[in-house]
Formats: sequence, C-alpha cells, structure tokens
Amino acid sequence: MASALINVPKKAKRGDVIEIKTLMSHIMETGYRHTAAGQVVPRDIITSFTCRYNGEEIFRADLFPAIAANPFITFFTTATESGKFDFEWIGDNGFSEKASATISVE
Amino acid sequence: MRFFVTIFFTAVLIAAGIAAAGEIPLNERRSGYTFMAPDTQAIQDDDTANPGMLWVLDGESLWKKKAGTANKSCADCHNDASTSMKGVAARYPAFDMTLGRPVNLEQRINLCRARHQEASPLAYESRDLLALTAFVAEQSRKMAITPDTTAELQPFVANGRDFFMKRQGQLNLGCTNCHDDNWDKHLAGSAVTQALPTGYPIYRLERRLRNCITGMRAQNYDYGAPELVELELYLMSRAAGMKIETPAVRP
Repeated sequence: MASALINVPKKAKRGDVIEIKTLMSHIMETGYRHTAAGQVVPRDIITSFTCRYNGEEIFRADLFPAIAANPFITFFTTATESGKFDFEWIGDNGFSEKASATISVE
Repeated sequence: MRFFVTIFFTAVLIAAGIAAAGEIPLNERRSGYTFMAPDTQAIQDDDTANPGMLWVLDGESLWKKKAGTANKSCADCHNDASTSMKGVAARYPAFDMTLGRPVNLEQRINLCRARHQEASPLAYESRDLLALTAFVAEQSRKMAITPDTTAELQPFVANGRDFFMKRQGQLNLGCTNCHDDNWDKHLAGSAVTQALPTGYPIYRLERRLRNCITGMRAQNYDYGAPELVELELYLMSRAAGMKIETPAVRP
C-alpha cells in the first residue's frame, strides 16, 4: 500500500522559486538488521528518486540504507511554465511508484 | 440499605472524578505539541509533510475495502467516515455493553471485524490497524475531547487513575511523579510533558504507555490489556476539552 504525499504550489509567477515537498511511504529496511533468530532482514529500500518538469529532469537523488523510513524529499526549482511535475521512486524488489502534480504559471 | 450503599458508592465515584480533573490546573494544561520545537510543529501542521497522513490515506482505502466472510467493508455499514466517525475518537475509550468493560478504538475496530465483518482481528501495531485507527481518529481532528460519562465506565476511570498514581517498578515511580510533578522539566534531553493524549493514536498511545512503563522498570502489559485501556480512559479524562490533533507528530 504505497502512497505518496506531494506538495507543489498550484500557482506561481514566472521566475518564482518554488519549494516542492514529497513524502513516500516505504519501510526503508537497511539490510543490516537481524531477526531474533539471527537471520539477516533483507535490504528493502528506495534507491532512486527523480522529478521531471514537463519531461525534463530537474532533480534526482540516490537513496541509501541510512535514510529513514518514509523518505521526505524537498527541493527548490524555478517556475518557468505551466505544466506537470512527474515524480518517480524506484527501489529494491521491483518497487516503482509514480505521482504527478500540476502547476499554472502566470 | 442497598439503596444507601449505592448512593454512597456514587458519591465516592463523583468525588474521585472531581479529584481526577484537578491534577494539573485546567489553565496550565498544554498539549504535547507546545513542547515541540518549531521545526517539528511545522511537520505536524503540514499535511503533505506529516508522515502520519500516510497511515490516514491507507486507512481511507481500507475503510472501503471488503473483508471477512460477511464480505462487508466499514463503509457498507458506516457510510462516509467524515460524518459517521466524526467525534468518535474524542469520546473513546467507550463502554461495550456485551463485554461489560471499556474498549479503545483499536479494540472497537477488531470487535466490528469479528461481529459484523466476520473477519480475523488485526494485530496490534500492524500497519492495517494503525491505519484504520488513524483514519477514524483523524475525523475528530480539532474537536474537543469529551470523555464518555456513562456511569458503568467510571470505576474503570478510577482504576486508571489509581494506576497513574501508583508507584511501581524498580525505580519506584508513578506516572504522576513525572507528568504531574515534573512536566516542565526534561528527562534525558526530552521534554517530560503532561500526559495529555491529544494527538494519538498515530504513534499509538499504548506504545507510549508501554515505553514509559519499561522506563520505570516495571512489569509491562500486553497491547490491549485491560490495565492499559483503563489508563487510556483516565488520560482522556485528564485531557477533557482539549482538541484532537491526530495524526500528531511527536519527537
């Protein structure tokens, strides 16, 4: 039951610096923990996050085992034109989630 | 004779009720929120940054999902949670006539599953139970806590209060020693706070309770144990009138 929370301003003036906030539901299991029986809990993390603004990649992050559960990634960009932000999270065990948000730029 | 015994008993209960409300003066009560740093408060205030909302969203989809042999979803009986569940968390734990004892939200959800959905109970601390509880409690956001005043419930509130006051464990501490007497101080860098359960259950009140009991080096209780439900009842009575913040963030 993966779900994402995205916060992108609905409107912005051309040239404004806007903040984009994303929160993705994920356990981010490090792969370094053991069960009571001594077995390694297999790694299960998000490995990559990308954001595209009207198809053009504007932000990318690689994620590692030390990142807490439910990674909260926030970054800034300049509002250039109306359009769509596409977000993508890729991780272990075939994890792949997408989300999008629109913005109108005046 | 029996009549007079009843009257006496009721009087004792009422007296206990009054005393219970007086632990921290009403005008000095503060939600755990006010003890947090502005950065942490900002996380709670922003629904797109508050991780608790992830559970609320999951709960919303579970609300509509059919389960059990009866193949019914929560919504099939309760319809729209934003109206049917509004204010429910503000008055829980509540008295269950069949069981003859108070049940908290988690137990109510599992009772519903057993009685109406004919489904297996969800495990305490499981993602699904946390999600449903958070979703139901979120419907009472910004509403004042109004503890159930059912007479049958009052002995259980009194039990919860006794638990709160009682010294226990290797450290010989009662909840009251920290949360009534020293709430304005710090314990190992963390604010002690006033034990007012306004923002739960997203971080699971009982997990908090069990943590505190472990901290006193006392014998712990299982999730959903009657003692913990009684304590939850008493804590809600302490917080009567304060606003529900669920899903809250606490450091």
